[in-house]
Amino acid sequence: MALSRTALAGFIVFAVVFAAGVRADDDFIIVQSTTSTQNSGLYDILLPQFTDKTGIEVRVVAVGTGQAIKNAKNCDGDVLLVHARAAEEAFVTEGYGVARYDVMYNDFVIVGPAADPAGVKGEATAATALRTIADAGAPFASRGDDSGTHKKELALWTGAGIDPSGASGTWYRETGSGMGATLNVAVGMEAYTMTDRATWIAFGNKGDHEIVVEGDPALFNQYGVIAVNPEKCPTVKAALAQTFLDWLLSRDGQDAIAAYRRDGEQLFYPNAAD
Amino acid sequence: MQDFSAAFIAAFTLIATADPDFLEIIGLSLRVTLTAVLIACLIGLPLGAALAVFRFPGRLALTILVNALMGLPPVVVGLTVYMLLSRAGPLGVLELLYTPTAMIIAQTILVAPIIAALTRQVVADLNAEYDELLRAMGSSRAGRVATLIWDARYSLLTAALAGLGRAFAEVGAVLIVGGNINHVTRVMTTAIALETARGELALALGLGLVLILIAILINSALMGLRASAERMAYA
Amino acid sequence: MPEAALALAPSVALTGDDRFWPVEINGLTYAAGGKVLVDGLNFRIVQGPVTAIMGPNGAGKSITLRLIAGLIAPSAGTMSYGGASMPGANQIAVVFQRPVLLRRSVAANLDHALKTYGVDRDQRRDRVKALLALGQLEDLARQPARVLSGGEQQRLALVRALAAEPCLLLLDEPTASLDPQATAAIEGLIARAKADGIKVMLITHDRGQAQRVADDVLFMHAGRIVEQTPTDRFFDRPQSPEAAAYNDGRLLLPSNASNSGS
Repeated sequence: MALSRTALAGFIVFAVVFAAGVRADDDFIIVQSTTSTQNSGLYDILLPQFTDKTGIEVRVVAVGTGQAIKNAKNCDGDVLLVHARAAEEAFVTEGYGVARYDVMYNDFVIVGPAADPAGVKGEATAATALRTIADAGAPFASRGDDSGTHKKELALWTGAGIDPSGASGTWYRETGSGMGATLNVAVGMEAYTMTDRATWIAFGNKGDHEIVVEGDPALFNQYGVIAVNPEKCPTVKAALAQTFLDWLLSRDGQDAIAAYRRDGEQLFYPNAAD
Repeated sequence: MQDFSAAFIAAFTLIATADPDFLEIIGLSLRVTLTAVLIACLIGLPLGAALAVFRFPGRLALTILVNALMGLPPVVVGLTVYMLLSRAGPLGVLELLYTPTAMIIAQTILVAPIIAALTRQVVADLNAEYDELLRAMGSSRAGRVATLIWDARYSLLTAALAGLGRAFAEVGAVLIVGGNINHVTRVMTTAIALETARGELALALGLGLVLILIAILINSALMGLRASAERMAYA
Repeated sequence: MPEAALALAPSVALTGDDRFWPVEINGLTYAAGGKVLVDGLNFRIVQGPVTAIMGPNGAGKSITLRLIAGLIAPSAGTMSYGGASMPGANQIAVVFQRPVLLRRSVAANLDHALKTYGVDRDQRRDRVKALLALGQLEDLARQPARVLSGGEQQRLALVRALAAEPCLLLLDEPTASLDPQATAAIEGLIARAKADGIKVMLITHDRGQAQRVADDVLFMHAGRIVEQTPTDRFFDRPQSPEAAAYNDGRLLLPSNASNSGS
C-alpha cells in the first residue's frame, strides 16, 4: 500500500519533470555564442525582431568562443556566432560548419585606470602599449579562457615580441573568466585589460577606468556566423538555422545591428557581403 | 558604498513592480529547485535510512561515497550532466540539454547525497532508540525504514532544507546544463551571474537580495513547522 | 489466533493459542565480554499463573527476559515454543522499564502496532478504540504520546503490547519509576491479561507488587535460577539461603561459583 503510494508520487514527479522538458513549441534554434553579443544587450534587441518576423525562437547560450565552438562540435547548437576567425575557419574546414559569413565588426580597446600608472595613453599601436605595460610591470588582467578575445590578446602580445606567460601571477593576471568578470577584476585591482568595445560601452561597473588605447587596425574585431553542418550533426535544425543566417545577413538584419545604440554609441558595425 | 543602497533600491523595484521577466525567473528557480529537492528526497531518504539501518556488503564504502559526494563542486556535476546530455553524449537523443529538466537532473545529483548523508545520521540515532521496540514487535525491514523515516520527518526537514539551500544557491551546474537562455533556462543565480558580467552590480546584488529573501521565507516556514512539531514532542 | 477478539469488547478473551505451549528452556547461557551472565538455565514456562522474576541487580533477570523474547541470541542452549524453535509472530510481547513510544499520537502508536502485527486497515479503527478503552486512554487519543505522564506512557506501552494478542507477555520492571496510583493501574492491566489467558512474567523488586499480582516467584542469583516457589511461600519460607538473605534485605555477595569454574 505504502509502496504503491510512493510509486505513484514518483510517477507524478517524473511526469511533471518531463512535461517541463518537452515543450510543445519545437520552433526554436540554439545559438552557441560569444559573450560580448549577449552582455552588450545586442540580442535583446535583435532576436525579438527575427522572432516576430519568422515565428522562430532563438535560444542563446552565451559562453566564451572556445567553449561555444566545443559545444557546437558536440552538436549542442544549430548556429555558431563567435569572433575568432582562424578557429571559425578550422571549424568549417573540419566539416562541422556549412560555411562562415562575416556578420559585423567592432574593435577591441585597451582600458585602464584614469591615472594611467604605466603611461600608455596616446600610444598609437597596441603593440607599443603592451610593451610599455610590461616594462612598467603594471597589472594587466587577461581573460585566460581561450575565448576569442583571449586569442586576440595573445596574438597582440606575440606581435609585440613579449611572452607574458612568464609573468603570470605577478603583473600578468589570468582570470580564466568571461569578459565581464575580467573587467570587474581589472576595475577592482587597478589593472589594464583588453575588451571589445561593445562590452565596454555596455559595462555598468567602469569605476574610474577609461579607454587608454584605441584605433589601431590591429585591434579590429570581426564576428562571424556559421550554421552547424547537418552532415556532422544530423539532429540540427538546418532549415531554421539557415533562415536565421539569411535574415542576419539580409538588409533587415544588418540594419537592426547598425541601429543598436548604447548611450548614443553604435556598438556593432554590420559588414556582411552583399 | 553607493552600490549597496542602489542594490536595495533595485531589489525593492523588482518586487514592487512585479516585473514579468523577473517573476518568470523566480518561478523557474522555484520550480527547478523544489522539483530537484523533491526527487532528491525520494532517492536520499530511503538510501540514507538503508545505510543507517541495514548491514550489507559495501555499506561502509557506500557511506563514505555518499559523504564524499556531499562536497561535489556544482561545476563538476554540471560538466558531467552536460557530457551525458550533449548530442554527442550517451543520452543526447533525449534532447534534454538546455532545458529545465537538465537543470533539475543536475541539481538532483547535487542534492541527493546531502539528503542521504544527513538522513543516515538522523535515522541512525532514532534507530538506536527504537531498535529493541521494533524488534520486539517483529517489524519487517521495510516497515522499520518507513517507521523511522516517518518519525524522523521533522528532523529530516533540516536535511531537506540543507539540500534546498545548496540547490537554490548554486550557479555552476545550472549554468552549464541550462545555458542561461532567456525565458527558457534563466534562473535567479544565472541571472545574477549575467548581470555581474554586464557590470550591473547593483541589479545583480538586488537579485541576490531577493534570493536571500525567498530563502528566508522558505526556511521560516519549514522551521516554524519544525518548532510546532517540537512542542508536540514529535521532533 | 482470534484476530477480532479485541474488536468486540474489552471483556472478550485477549488470546488463546495452545500451540505456543509449553515453552521449554534447556541450558540457556549468555556470555558477553568474557563473563557468563546467564548460566545454563533449565526451566519450563507454563500457561496460567503470573510469574515474578526476582533477584538482586546483576542476577541476569533482564538478559533472561530478552533471551526468552528473542531480542538477543543465546551463547548456548535451546528454547522451544510448543515444539517449534522460534516463537510465532506476535506470540511474545515485551514492555520495557522505560517505555519506547513513537513520535506520534497515542492512537497512532496503537495503530502502528496493529499494522505491524498485520491487522487490516478496516479493522484497526475499532481495535484502537478498544485498546484505548482498555488503557483508559480515550481522552488522550489525540495527544502526542511522548508528552503523557510516566504512568500514562506505561499504560500505553502495555496496551500496545496487548495489541499483539500475545501468548506470553514479558514486563521488565514496568512500574519501577511510577507512583502508587499509576502502579495500581498497571497491575490492574496485568490482572486483566491474566484473566484473558495471557501468561505474564514480570521482573520486579517490589515485594508488595509480587504478592499482589504474582502466583509464583522465580528467584535468580548470579546468572542462575535458585528457586521457583509459590509467592506466599517464597516470602514466608524461602527454600534457598540466597532468597532468604534477599528477602531480609541482606547484602548478597555474588557467588563466584558460576564464573570461576570455567
